[in-house]
Amino acid sequence: MKLNRKWINEEFVDLSHVSDKEYVEKLTVFGQKVETWERMDSEIKNVVVGKVLDIVRHENSDHMWVCQIDVGEEEPVQIVTGAQNVKVGDMVPVAKHNSWLPGGVHITKGKLRGVKSNGMLCGLEELGLTQGDFPYAITDGIFIIEEPCNIGDDINTVIGNDDTVVEFEITNNRPDCYSIIGLARESAAAFGKTMRHHEPVVKGSEAGSIFEHLDVEVPAAELCNRYSSRMVANVKIGPSPKWLRQRLRANGVRPINNIVDITNYVMLEYGQPMHAFDYRYVSSGKIVVREAAEGETLTTLDGNVRVLKPGMLVIADENKPIGLAGIMGGENSEILDDTTTVVFESANFNGTSIRQTALALGMRTESSGKFEKNLDPMMTVPAVQRACELVELLECGDVLDGIIDIINYVPAPKTLPLKPEKINRLLGTDISKEDMVKYLNLLEIEVEGDTIHVPSFRPDLNLMADIAEEVGRSYGYNEIPTTAFKTSTQGGYSPEMVLEAKAGTLCRGLGYSEIITYSFVSPTIFDQIRLPANSPLRNTLKIQNPLGEDTSVMRTIAVPSMLDILARNYNYHNKAAKLYEMAKIYLPVEGQALPEEPKMLVLGTYGNNVNFFSLKGELETVFAGLRLKKASYTAVKDNPTYHPGRCAKVTIDGMDVGYLGQIHPLVAKNYGMDCEVYCAEISFTKLLQVQLPAPTYVPLPKYPAVNRDLSLICDETVTVASVEDVIAGAAGKLLRSVRLFDIYRGVGVPAGKKSLAFSLELRADDRTLTDADSEGVVSKVLAALQEKLGASLR
Amino acid sequence: MKEQLELIQKNALAALEAAETPAALEELRVKLLGKKGELTAVLKLMGKLSPEERPVMGQMANTVRATIEAKLEERKAAINAAVLEAKLAAESIDVTIPGDNVQLGHQHPMNMVLQEIKDIFVGMGYTVVDGPEVELASYNFTRLNIEEGHPSRDRSDTFYFDDNDEVLLRTQTSSMQIRFMENNQPPLCMLAPGRVFRKDEADATHSPMFHQIEGLVVAEHITMGDLKGALITIMNKIYGHDAQVRFRPHHFPFTEPSCEMDMQCHKCHGTGEVDGQVCSTCHGEGWIELLGAGMVHPEVLRNCGIDPEKYSGFAFGIGLERTAMGRLKITDLRLIFDNDVRFLNQF
Repeated sequence: MKLNRKWINEEFVDLSHVSDKEYVEKLTVFGQKVETWERMDSEIKNVVVGKVLDIVRHENSDHMWVCQIDVGEEEPVQIVTGAQNVKVGDMVPVAKHNSWLPGGVHITKGKLRGVKSNGMLCGLEELGLTQGDFPYAITDGIFIIEEPCNIGDDINTVIGNDDTVVEFEITNNRPDCYSIIGLARESAAAFGKTMRHHEPVVKGSEAGSIFEHLDVEVPAAELCNRYSSRMVANVKIGPSPKWLRQRLRANGVRPINNIVDITNYVMLEYGQPMHAFDYRYVSSGKIVVREAAEGETLTTLDGNVRVLKPGMLVIADENKPIGLAGIMGGENSEILDDTTTVVFESANFNGTSIRQTALALGMRTESSGKFEKNLDPMMTVPAVQRACELVELLECGDVLDGIIDIINYVPAPKTLPLKPEKINRLLGTDISKEDMVKYLNLLEIEVEGDTIHVPSFRPDLNLMADIAEEVGRSYGYNEIPTTAFKTSTQGGYSPEMVLEAKAGTLCRGLGYSEIITYSFVSPTIFDQIRLPANSPLRNTLKIQNPLGEDTSVMRTIAVPSMLDILARNYNYHNKAAKLYEMAKIYLPVEGQALPEEPKMLVLGTYGNNVNFFSLKGELETVFAGLRLKKASYTAVKDNPTYHPGRCAKVTIDGMDVGYLGQIHPLVAKNYGMDCEVYCAEISFTKLLQVQLPAPTYVPLPKYPAVNRDLSLICDETVTVASVEDVIAGAAGKLLRSVRLFDIYRGVGVPAGKKSLAFSLELRADDRTLTDADSEGVVSKVLAALQEKLGASLR
Repeated sequence: MKEQLELIQKNALAALEAAETPAALEELRVKLLGKKGELTAVLKLMGKLSPEERPVMGQMANTVRATIEAKLEERKAAINAAVLEAKLAAESIDVTIPGDNVQLGHQHPMNMVLQEIKDIFVGMGYTVVDGPEVELASYNFTRLNIEEGHPSRDRSDTFYFDDNDEVLLRTQTSSMQIRFMENNQPPLCMLAPGRVFRKDEADATHSPMFHQIEGLVVAEHITMGDLKGALITIMNKIYGHDAQVRFRPHHFPFTEPSCEMDMQCHKCHGTGEVDGQVCSTCHGEGWIELLGAGMVHPEVLRNCGIDPEKYSGFAFGIGLERTAMGRLKITDLRLIFDNDVRFLNQF
């Protein structure tokens, strides 16, 4: 909402002594936040009123003129112009040497075809004006000023630029502030002043009564709370006076003609959108406020044909729509230069309905923007009265007697008890009742004893807390003493958060950097990672109104997000990347409105010679750091996202927790990567269930351990895990650990075989082991290896 | 004999002084002091001396021996030191060669800032909670006093999963206020950071997914002064003690009174200008919006089964991206979700 300060100063409360900066800061902390503000004269500098003293033909041009202009200085200024409408004695805008015009145009002296020109004479456009602002001026020539002014006057004063335009961010609980009167009220209260009010007075005429000409029906009573209307006869369409045009212009509204300008002026002043119909196009003199019929069309003032449907409110005559209620009038009833009789509409429509219609038709207007905030139904009559008063003031028509005022809903007068102690308790203040009453009165909220009479323009005031806000902001939020409360709550993190933080620290310690990716993905990811058509992971939550296909389903798997980021880094020519994410996935649950949202720990890496075992080692380190039970790894050939020979399923305590491996080259290719890519995806939520109990001290060994190394030969197909299992099973309780330390293929080992070397640590708690003890263990182990795996000592 | 001893001593000291290696020293030790050494040979002649001379010569011989031994030790220490020095000199390296490459990973800058904020709140007694991102309209809107038909419920603003607009991606972490109050009785102090979603195209300042940090305190006699106190304390911890803040009235359906908190622009110090130009950080306002807050609306308390006559509370919501970008001087929101390692490695 824009506001020009001069309007408020002149009509409602004089705050001209307050600087712009002070005004803006005060209103902002009072609750009306200023978005931006600007002096209207900031763009035009060093442009003055000049009088043409002499004018002669340019010696080298058949269309240019050389003018001598009195600008109030000792010597006249010589300026060359190409315009043809300048005469001796004219008052003209003179951009002197070193002057500035809108759009950052800098004017300096120079020569035009050999003749000195010490500036420029300006037309409307060069001053940022239109013919609407000064209807007597022409568009393709110099602006010949007819305003009262003196030679040497700053042009800004003459054209009404000596003003400040302030733009407020109005919160949507304050529809009253979408008006000059509302903002004047806030401005006055912010500075502790009382504003002047003006009650519109309509003198009336001998032209008859509205009831002889117009009939209004409102069948759509639900969508139209109130419809107030007056008529004006003998209308003389013409330009509005300068003061009115300037106020419109300062608020960013283009002047059109007196009747349209009046409706716009009242909309700005009261915040009540108004519309004017040309009566001759209101068929049978009947206005019907109804819902549109399916497929009904209306050409709106902007020239577009609108196809309507039920639920959309229209203003119609007996046969056809003539306006889209609260949004835009129809072209078929527009005010034209020869309009003689006008119907003013000042109505109150249902805000949600107007908003939805405007949204559906893609035509949000100044008017609909106001209506959608739910305006005060008590405002329709004062607004239409004001419009008629202005008609009389502008002498542009005869106002007919009577008001048609159809009321379907007006809110009942509301009262609230004033409870100063409760207000102080909520705010933490010690404000006296007298001060509270004073604050409320400044906001034009009447208080009678302990009863607050809530004005109709403040629908947001419904309970004590609402009054507390009014008192609080009047007192000043920044004046409320700052206190520290005491509670007995103990803060902290959930066990999952603690584990998550630990996992992050571990991953970073291993060189992985954290990424954050979107929760919604493209449905094409499943094909990209080669997921079978019948995979349950393809059952996703689908966003009905996504921004685009790329972000239309909630991810049920987190690896594609990681692959996306790895691929992006690959495309950025980053040679290597090690990344991790703690990623929520969203798994629909049959018969439940909300999905499960478990978290996945995803590691992804390429470059720097990473391989399966480097990633596996890192994953094992993370697990160890998280103090998890022992994980086992089994080869998986049928996970189509991974290399069939380089993928393992991770199982802890009998529970499958995820996968790790090399991304299938076809998948990598789908992501545009031509290198080995490795990923691990672990259900972090499941890890919470497989943590080891908190550690307690175990006495240190008293007797030394014996290490025995076994170098075995076995078939290629025998896995290390199976050898370890057999060793562990056969060795008995003296075995403390088994560690693989070498794998060898080559000279001395037959083809199809490999050599595996293990180190066994043996120890007893109650004695030093003898050679016989360790020999016994080793021979049992070797026998079992031979029997179960066909493995023998090398 | 005396002359002999003196000569032995003189020659011995000279020889020891000249010895350069541990081996030469050992050779000298055997030659001088060994069983077949020069000194022993002289002592063997002691018996031939007169009883008067014997103790005198004996004492002298002992002195000579002690002197030689002392010299021997001295030389041994010196030579060992020289040997060690030579060894160490030979072992010297170019210490400017880079160390072995151990790469440390980096926390995402936003989570870095989030962690810091969470730790501050935990220290102040807040319980950190997490909750569903796919949420019911009831928690995200209705019970927060945001009625049907409110613009924020529009499909142009909120992502929906069903035809009845009941299941959605939460647009604010305020849904966690309801969830927490539903399951906990006052006094309570909650902090709920998390993802939220709004239908905005991604650009330098917008993202369809971003993060908020919701705070909620409900107890007996909580005042707006307490709200101010808590927020000022927190902002001082995050931004430093010289951070100037102000509170402005605002409107949120689920708090009343409501406010926004601004921090004085650190670049222009509130003047709105830097070198005669409009400050690019605060766009000339002199203040930077930090968060929205307010006293929990009585209706919201009632919606969660908490008696507003007995309890009051405050709530606030901090935009994490804005905070992190301000703190770390990140100029484009898209960098945060781009995850370029050259960006991540900076933090």
